Amino acid sequence: MNAHTPSEPVPAPAVGGGDDTGRAWVVLDELDFKRALVRMAHEILESNRGTGELVVVGIHKRGVPLAYRIAKRIAEIEKTAPPVGELDISFYRDDVGIRSPQDISTTDFPFDVNDKTVVLVDDVLYTGRTVRAAIDALVDFGRPRLVRLAVLVDRGHRELPIRADFIGKNIPTSKAQEVRVHVKETDGVDSVVIYDPRVLGEATDQ
Amino acid sequence: MMIKHLLSIDQLSTDQIDLVLKTADSFGEVGTRTIKKVPALRGRTVCNLFFEPSTRTRLSFELAAKRLSADVITFTADSKTSVSKGESFKDTALTLQAMGLDAIVVRHTSGGAAKRLSQWVDASVLNAGDGSNEHPTQALLDLYTIKQRFGRIDGLHIGIVGDVFHSRVARSNIKAMTKMGAHVTVIGPPTLLPVTVGSWGVDVSTDLDAMLPKLDIVYLLRIQKERQVDQFFPSLREYSMFWGLDNRRVGLMKPEALIMHPGPINRGVEIAGDLPEMERFIVADQVTNGIAVRASLMFLMLGGSQELPPSEKS
Repeated sequence: MNAHTPSEPVPAPAVGGGDDTGRAWVVLDELDFKRALVRMAHEILESNRGTGELVVVGIHKRGVPLAYRIAKRIAEIEKTAPPVGELDISFYRDDVGIRSPQDISTTDFPFDVNDKTVVLVDDVLYTGRTVRAAIDALVDFGRPRLVRLAVLVDRGHRELPIRADFIGKNIPTSKAQEVRVHVKETDGVDSVVIYDPRVLGEATDQ
Repeated sequence: MMIKHLLSIDQLSTDQIDLVLKTADSFGEVGTRTIKKVPALRGRTVCNLFFEPSTRTRLSFELAAKRLSADVITFTADSKTSVSKGESFKDTALTLQAMGLDAIVVRHTSGGAAKRLSQWVDASVLNAGDGSNEHPTQALLDLYTIKQRFGRIDGLHIGIVGDVFHSRVARSNIKAMTKMGAHVTVIGPPTLLPVTVGSWGVDVSTDLDAMLPKLDIVYLLRIQKERQVDQFFPSLREYSMFWGLDNRRVGLMKPEALIMHPGPINRGVEIAGDLPEMERFIVADQVTNGIAVRASLMFLMLGGSQELPPSEKS
């Protein structure tokens, strides 16, 4: 399964502005987005002291293109690219039977995770439940030496004792707001947008 | 949204079939792992309720449920169970209902048995073959296998050869294949083609040799010796001569055409004894894919909710 298969583009407001209603605003534009990923790549290399035994694993959906981007940035800095894996956590969720499964992707680990340093990559860290499921899925493939977490956005409101090691941007949010990460691979644009349904007094239904 | 019971292919929209096949890809990957198990249906109980002999379907459902971490119990109607003591189908169903199961996989000699069962129990019912009526999971795994090999189902010409009259596999497959856009021709002796076949949206032929060069897939049906109570054809040897696939007939097929069979095969009847080892005979793929497709179905049917809308991604 190719993570970069274009899907239906999510309507995103123009970079640098919100939409006309004022209920959405951009918190990271294309350049901020790039800078954040470059810095995260440097931080990962610094903490791992190079690319030795390093693998990058993206969590479907948006974590996968971000994982490939981070691996590419790492390759530009160190001249060696870490292997990239793709992880779908649908079968490990704690809400199976509560919400309907949707849009299930295929897990692809083209390497052995035993004794590797695995950097899990996701777009938004929120409750922490996705990351919990991702760790469970990961250890079914072996015993990594270390597991680290890299997220583009940490929006707070954790429901589990989980924290990120590498963070693109901390964005304090209210639970009513929605943080959407758009990536060029699937949405045609790189941006992080906050939607606030309360401005118009209506609920969102992503 | 997925259905609660799977009794017939008629219940599934093309979108739902696509979802089952796409999710089966993910279970195909799980089947290649060292730990071939995910926790998705942990704590759920699935009962295999088989009133008719079965090897691959029962084992396939059992493996699929176990790959989802569900608990599996098996009830086969033989001399060791309460059926031999005279318990009726309904009383067996009510006993199972009282045990609090989440899903019942049922195979029965009578058409409509799965539907009847679904009216008596709260569990999801999956039809694993009811008489000559339907065998929907077989059709779904066949669609998956076809899509895996050809990349599509739409526009393919599929010939279903043999005993269509007694075949629940044929009924489910004809519905499924035509729904997904394939062109289906049923081929066999007139005595083994149902009178109503003209209304099924398929072409009908009684000339196998003439059809073979046109087909992308030759789907052979098993001659069901256990259901040949009347004389539908004079002898197995004659059937084999007119309708069996042999080396000469394989030579008439398109070079890229494939041969499928729901199993178990009768070597020397519907297919010559040495042919099943051929590269283009893909029955082993069908068996492997059956586990992934059944896991996909059980995950989508039992793992979903009927009420709550999808919440925001965390």
